[in-house]
Amino acid sequence: MSTSEHKQPPYMTVWAVLFVLTIGEVFFAFSSVPKRWIVIGLVLMAIWKAVLVAMYYMHLRFEPKRMWILAMSPLPLAVILVVVVIQEWR
Amino acid sequence: MMTTQAATIDRVREEGSGVYTLKLGMWIFLLSEVMFFTGLIGSYIILRFAHPTDFADPGQVLNVQLTAFNTFVLICSSVTMVKAFAAIEQGDQVGLKRWLLATIILGAFFVGVQVVEYIALTSEGFVPMAEAYAALGREHGTTVIGGPLYGATFYMMTGFHGTHVTIGVLCLMFTYWRARQGKYTATSHGGVEIMGLYWHFVDLVWILLFTIVYLI
Repeated sequence: MSTSEHKQPPYMTVWAVLFVLTIGEVFFAFSSVPKRWIVIGLVLMAIWKAVLVAMYYMHLRFEPKRMWILAMSPLPLAVILVVVVIQEWR
Repeated sequence: MMTTQAATIDRVREEGSGVYTLKLGMWIFLLSEVMFFTGLIGSYIILRFAHPTDFADPGQVLNVQLTAFNTFVLICSSVTMVKAFAAIEQGDQVGLKRWLLATIILGAFFVGVQVVEYIALTSEGFVPMAEAYAALGREHGTTVIGGPLYGATFYMMTGFHGTHVTIGVLCLMFTYWRARQGKYTATSHGGVEIMGLYWHFVDLVWILLFTIVYLI
């Protein structure tokens, strides 16, 4: 049986960060910053939020390293999928 | 001290991965879902760059404020879900049921708002699978003309996500029903944990969809 123990994750702190980032995203999306920087900023904020959910709410941070490898495994496949579709379009 | 993988009597640990089989199965299912949504999101991004005239600017047709609020609701439902998990880890049956019920309500609210949004958008002229759409613009009431790809991709992505949320709510109801029967304990709560994994994944996907579909 697995017995890995850890302190209770900072659920409410993560929630507060997610809330602030969501508000920040909406304001940033309609700011006067050049479109390219808006896209880069929004993508970074979205990735940040997604990583927070995966790390703390899905408890990936507290899982064995083997689970990390498993969780990361579809990412290169996802990149291949998108690249192949782009080639099809071009 | 809290445990995410508390020793249980009904969990069978998978030798290779170090987690119990039920949880490993849910992770593998979620990884297949990653590929599913990658296909949808990737196609959307490529189509949008290939046919920019088909797509309206953010906020021109879609109600960003309403959806931002709905995003916040889904994030809150993730918090209530982890609270339910934390409660049963400590053997708190009342807390488990209370937080599960809150998650169900928030999830159902999310789906309800999405249905309201669909009704509003279609009544304003933004429909899927049309040769072209002519939606009523939000800012000045002007007509926004676009191509068929926007409606098709928008309803495809948000529709599939909404279906996942709806299935999640039904599964949450089943989990709540089992919780009311006292099926989960401090040492046996694998069902709550894998339910939480699915629910947080749905939240994670929406975080990405909201940014890509509504803001960019």
